[in-house]
Parts: sequence; structure tokens; C-alpha cells
Amino acid sequence: MLELKNIQVRFATGSHAVHAVRDVSLRVAKGEIFGIVGTSGAGKSTLLRTINLLERPSSGEIRIEGREITGLDAEALRAVRLRTGMVFQHFNLAHSRTVEDNIALPLRAAGVSEDRIRERVTQLLELVELADKRRVYPGQLSGGQKQRVGIARALANEPPLLLCDEPTSALDLETTESILDLLAGINARLGVTIVIISHEMAVIKRICHRVAVMQDGEVVEERTAYDLFATPRHALTRELIEKSLNLTLPPRLLAQSKGTLIRLVYLGETAEEPILASTARLYSVHINILHGRIEYIGDRPIGILIVALEGEPERIEDALRHLEIQVAKLEVLRHG
Amino acid sequence: MGDTPLDVLFSDLGKALWETALMSGISLGLSLVAGLPLGFLLFLTRRGMLLENRALNLLGGFAINLVRSLPFVILLILVLPLAKLVTGHTTGPVAASVPLVIACIAFYARLVEVSLSEVNTGVVEAARALGATHWLIVREVLFPEALPGLIRGFTVTAISLIGYSAMAGVVGGGGIGFLAINYGYYRYETGVLIVTVALLIALVQAVQMLGDRFAHRHDRRGR
Repeated sequence: MLELKNIQVRFATGSHAVHAVRDVSLRVAKGEIFGIVGTSGAGKSTLLRTINLLERPSSGEIRIEGREITGLDAEALRAVRLRTGMVFQHFNLAHSRTVEDNIALPLRAAGVSEDRIRERVTQLLELVELADKRRVYPGQLSGGQKQRVGIARALANEPPLLLCDEPTSALDLETTESILDLLAGINARLGVTIVIISHEMAVIKRICHRVAVMQDGEVVEERTAYDLFATPRHALTRELIEKSLNLTLPPRLLAQSKGTLIRLVYLGETAEEPILASTARLYSVHINILHGRIEYIGDRPIGILIVALEGEPERIEDALRHLEIQVAKLEVLRHG
Repeated sequence: MGDTPLDVLFSDLGKALWETALMSGISLGLSLVAGLPLGFLLFLTRRGMLLENRALNLLGGFAINLVRSLPFVILLILVLPLAKLVTGHTTGPVAASVPLVIACIAFYARLVEVSLSEVNTGVVEAARALGATHWLIVREVLFPEALPGLIRGFTVTAISLIGYSAMAGVVGGGGIGFLAINYGYYRYETGVLIVTVALLIALVQAVQMLGDRFAHRHDRRGR
């Protein structure tokens, strides 16, 4: 569907040059929701904007449905943009135009007849559940409703590819979830390929199939969302996931707990098996669960537990060895 | 003859009002026809904009600054030969409209540029990203988004014009301002002066009110 090859973006801002994107190559399959995550200033937004050439890469190739687009002339590029939707963090709606006129803009750009535009706007408003807001001005809408209009506008010409630039970063938690569900629904029902960038792991966790993690203009890790959460490799990924899972033990608990403190990550079906109970029985150790949660990425579970083991030191060693085989990851936080 | 203020007003006020209306109409009409596109051109040829063109942008900016840096009285005299060429006269409201038109176009074009630069660039970018042509972006985004500002700028231009047109009296342009200077100032007809000044104040107030109301009606921000 989409292929980026050796993309470089350099800006010359006054005296010093900025190397915003460094040699990034990515492939996004048809029907996929592909996330790009990273801290602010990592170059995610710049990278996304190269896909429809809002930002021209200094070098590299961009292929959409097999077609190289960096060499296209203005009119051919416009044709590509008509078939590439884009959703923005701050919605970027024209405040002087009604919801209907905002959504109609790409249709007018495509030369669609006014009769057909009216029909299409009706369909789109139903899709984003704003049928009653047709003649309203954006200033009268809430943030979530504005983004729904933005999404309807982006989908007006039935593009096979939708680019989302931090689409939920200006929204509250509840609205974020409803917008993400809308995007996931659009992906599932209409088969639209989505590239979404965000600095929030929660966004990635909720809807992305595959993820690229960016730092200083480079992609440092690129994997399925599940693998990324289950076994993060890069330090930045680990940090981001740590923050998003919020599995830090309250200091009081940490001070009061006795024994060897470990963190376990277990995946898939094993997440539902009673590993701890069997280990406790087999090695005669006390296992005390201090903290834990099960996350679902897609519909596959990842279990994370912080437990304290108490008992004979040799027994504990054996228990740890046994556990290590059973789980995806075992980390000793404190020796007893 | 010993004209009383009342005589003067009866005999000349109607004519003066007509002359002011004529000069304003010609100047405002043409500043809309020429100043508006010139303002768009200045904005669109800026760096990073749709029609980025440094040479054209600098040239347009320079021409506007040139006109705007001249005191209007000087401009009035400088373009007399041009006025003669275009209208066939050097005096009268039509001839005086030539420098007024030039001043108003330059003035309004700059205000148009300022209004356009206040339009959220994100909206323009969204339209570009979704495949809109330049013309569609101008028509569907830039113009409607800037409209309240364009109207307010036009109001400011109209009010400046009323002030400028008083100076057109220097070349026999006529108008209310001319009446005020000629009778009220040179001939010490205080009564005429007061009436004409009151009339000018009322005119400016009316234009401002009308402009504000019209601009407000087209302002959708936050509503």
C-alpha cells in the first residue's frame, strides 16, 4: 500500500540545519493501522507529512499503491492527494463555513457535482454520527465533534489511505476513545489503511496493528503492537511502555514487602494459566502478589505482575528458574 | 455678496455632498477591484505560500510602500499629469479621484494582506492536503475565513478616504472637506465650519458602524 524508502528530511532554519528525519524506510500493508510513536521533536509529524508531500523529503522515495510520487507534477500530485485523507491535531476546519461546506471541500476539489456532494455529505455525516449538525458552524461544536467533521472531510473522496497527525492529542480521555473507536471502525468496515502518529502509547495500544518507534529522526524499533508491548527492545520503547502501563509500586508497599521482588510478563494463553499457584506448591515458597494487571492489545492479553517470593533461598532460586521458563519475561527488582 | 452661512450651505452643500460621494464611490470601487486582488497577490507570493514568488512579492510590497510613504498632498500634486492623461482634467472630483484611487488601492491591499495572514495556516494546509486547487483554496478557505477582516479593512480604508478627500480641495476636487477649508477656515465662516465638521463626524461614525455590523455578521469564530 505504502512504502517509504530511505527518507531524509533536512531543514535549513537560519544558521543551523536540522536533520528531522534520518534514513527512514517503512512499509505499510493494505488494511493495516500503522502507528508511529515517539517523544515530541522525534520527527514523526515531519515523516507523516512527507507521505502526501506537504513536506518534501530531501531524498528518498515514496510509493503509494506502487506509484512513486516525489517526481509527480503539481496536477498529478493533486490527484494523489485527493485519494489520501488527512486528519489533524487541531482539526483545521474553516470556521466561516458550515459543517456541510467543510466536508464538501475535497469533493469540490475532485469536481463532484453539487447533487452528488449533498448525497455524499449525508452519508459521511451518518458515518461520523453528526447527521444533525449539517448546517452548524464549527465554532458551535465540541472538540470531539470537530474531529468527527475532520474525519468525515478526510474520507469524502473514499481514499484508500488515511493519514492521522496526532488526531486525539487535543481531546480529553473519553473523547479520545470514541475517536479511536471511530477510526478503528472505519478501518475494519471500509478497509481504509491508516497511518497514525501519536506521542501517547494508549492510542497505539488501542488501535494499532503495527508500530514504529521514532527517536531523533530515526526509527529505532518496528514491530507488531503486541510484540512491542510484550517484549520492548529499545530503551525508549521500554520507557514509553513503562509510563503507559503505570506499574510503579507505591513506596510504602515496597518498604513493607519482604522477600525477593520480581516482575513477570506473560503472554497469550499462559496469561490465563495458574502459573503462580503451581510454582508456590512445587517449590514450597510463599508468593505474594503486590501489583498486577492484564492488558489487551487487540484481543490478546499481556499479563504483568509484581510479586514477592518468600522462603528458603535455594527454593527461591529454583522457583525463579521455573518461572523464567513459563513466562515471557522475568525481572528481579530486589533480591531478598 | 455677503453670503450668510445658511446661504452657503444651501447653495453648496448639496454639490459638496455629491462630489464627496463621487470621489468616494470611484475610489472605494476601484480599491476593491484592484486592492483586493493585489492584497491576495502579496499574500500568496509570500514565502511558503501557494504562489511563492520572491521577486513579485518584493516588487508589489515596494510599490505599495512607495505610495504609502508619500504624504497624500504630495501624491496629489505628483499625479496631476497622470490625472490629466486619464480624465482629461486637472481639477474637479473626477480628476481628484486619480490620486485617491492610487492611495486607496495601496492602503487597502496592505490591509487585505494583513487580514489574510491572520487566517489559520492549518486550514489552508488541510485544503492543500486534500487536493484543493489554488483557486478553490482562495474561494472556499482564504476569502471566507478572512472576510470579517476584509470588511473591517475596507471600513478603515473608507474612513481614511474621507480624510484624504478633504485634501483633494487643493486641486479643486470639491467635496465636504473642501467646503470646510474654503468657507470655514479661509473665510472665517465658523457656522459653515461647524456644520461641515459635524457632517464629517456623522459620516465617519456611520461608516464605522455599518462596517462593524457587517463584519460582525460574517464572523463565525466562536459562534
